[in-house]
Amino acid sequence: MSATAEILVPGKAGEGEALVLTAPISFWGGVDPKTGRIADVRHPQHGEVIAGRVLFLPGTIGSSSASAVLMELVHNGGAPAALVLHEPDAILLLGLIVAREMGWQTPIAVRLDRGAFDAYRGGAVTVAADGAITVAV
Amino acid sequence: MSLALSPQEQAIVAGQDGAGMAMRIVAESARLLGAPRLIPIASAHIDGALYHGDSGTLFAERLVEGGAKVAVRSTLNVGALDLMGCSRIRLEEPQRGMARRMMEAYRKLGCEQSWTCAPYQAGHRPALGSNVAWGESNAVVFCNSVLGARTNRYGDFLDIACAITARAPDYGLHRPENRRARLVFDVSGLSPSFLASEIAWPVLGSLYGREVGNAIGVVKGVTGHPGEDALKAFGAAAASSGAVGLFHIAGVTPEAPDVATILAGPEPEAVIRVTHDMAAKARAGLSTAAAPKTIDAVAIGSPHLSHDEFDSLERLIAGRRLTVPIYACTGRHALALLEKDGRRKRLEASGVVIVADTCVVVTPIMPELSSGVLMTNSGKFAHYAPGNTGYAVLYASLADCVESAVLGNPVFTDIAA
Repeated sequence: MSATAEILVPGKAGEGEALVLTAPISFWGGVDPKTGRIADVRHPQHGEVIAGRVLFLPGTIGSSSASAVLMELVHNGGAPAALVLHEPDAILLLGLIVAREMGWQTPIAVRLDRGAFDAYRGGAVTVAADGAITVAV
Repeated sequence: MSLALSPQEQAIVAGQDGAGMAMRIVAESARLLGAPRLIPIASAHIDGALYHGDSGTLFAERLVEGGAKVAVRSTLNVGALDLMGCSRIRLEEPQRGMARRMMEAYRKLGCEQSWTCAPYQAGHRPALGSNVAWGESNAVVFCNSVLGARTNRYGDFLDIACAITARAPDYGLHRPENRRARLVFDVSGLSPSFLASEIAWPVLGSLYGREVGNAIGVVKGVTGHPGEDALKAFGAAAASSGAVGLFHIAGVTPEAPDVATILAGPEPEAVIRVTHDMAAKARAGLSTAAAPKTIDAVAIGSPHLSHDEFDSLERLIAGRRLTVPIYACTGRHALALLEKDGRRKRLEASGVVIVADTCVVVTPIMPELSSGVLMTNSGKFAHYAPGNTGYAVLYASLADCVESAVLGNPVFTDIAA
């Protein structure tokens, strides 16, 4: 299974276990900036850790501090290995844009239709620097 | 369409100073959003000065070192510390020092020391139709919806970058054609007594956010202006449960004299008819605690309490002594009025903990409890308190919050939807 996704923010290619979120998430209040753990008790993936995972996001909601949480995760090593977004979210991705300005290494962020997310659930996924997404079966 | 920068903007982008960094952030965001150009802005509200970790402090200090200054009026959202010294923040070193450095860096960038999530009640009210760059989801939705100024939901860092460059990507809600409603959220099936109650607005806001997501809707069936604090509560709840940046209320908000005027087409794409059941479910969904016998605290003031809301609080407490504290979060604009006539001292003598410049869900203030129960009348606190404080939440009206704080156990007055 593979697909080539549009690159939203270039960055380091990543591989890790897929974490496919089944509901939109607010990074601020929803993800612990220290640990990358999903802290929103109402979220279906509550308790999962996004650090080192290939994170599939069907959508984002809520606070405009999502960028700060993602940048903090980049800075402290708790960021996802790669981000796969259904649609570009300028608030969240700003965390990567500013981290790049600061000279920190950021994970790649790509765009993929959320209808295609299911094929990657639970797999070991690689997102290459050219946006190619592959899953080991 | 690709982004075209003016020669002047291109020259700034190439710079190695703070202004260059800010312009690159604005331009890169514009590219990501598909904006064709940048537009001038009249003001900014900066949400980036809240400490989430060292990275944000290092970014702000990099801008200061690069000689950057804001080029338009820029108010500051809450920080992580109560600089007025009203409440004790349990943030320890070294985080405390980094939070203070961050707040100081934003001051050096030329931002106003407003430290409030309700800048629109602290004298920052941009004109109808003007373009601005505001952060903080409740401030954004109020600015767009109630004031009719035009802003997108600016994330941390882009807000300060826009303030420094005095520019924003020409995109989204800056464009009049994107401000029209596609959905109708019809509340005319709800009882007039529910619609007149204080809890109606946060509850309906929470439901609205969940139903419309990031689409633009117009609320139909509201008779008479519910008051600015009600609209503040509606918007804050809607922006917590959905990605709402703009709502209209027919006959109430400035761009919607009536439903037909604000609709994008002759017919709405969908009509959400709000029933008693939907409102009751939305209300129940704001609570996470299951029938606790006691409560540990009450928190109010998200968004920050206005002067009028302090009037209601004082009237409801009526000089009684509270069993559990009420954390009343506000900005220094409201505090100044409270100090004037000794009201702050009276409220504190009753057991109210006034929190200024910040609030209980963004920085550690309330004691750490393993199974704490927090009561609130704020849809936004109800949404964020469980994740950010570890407290389970009970949602209730301000009157019930005050009675519960006096007794130490939850009291609910039945308000039928």
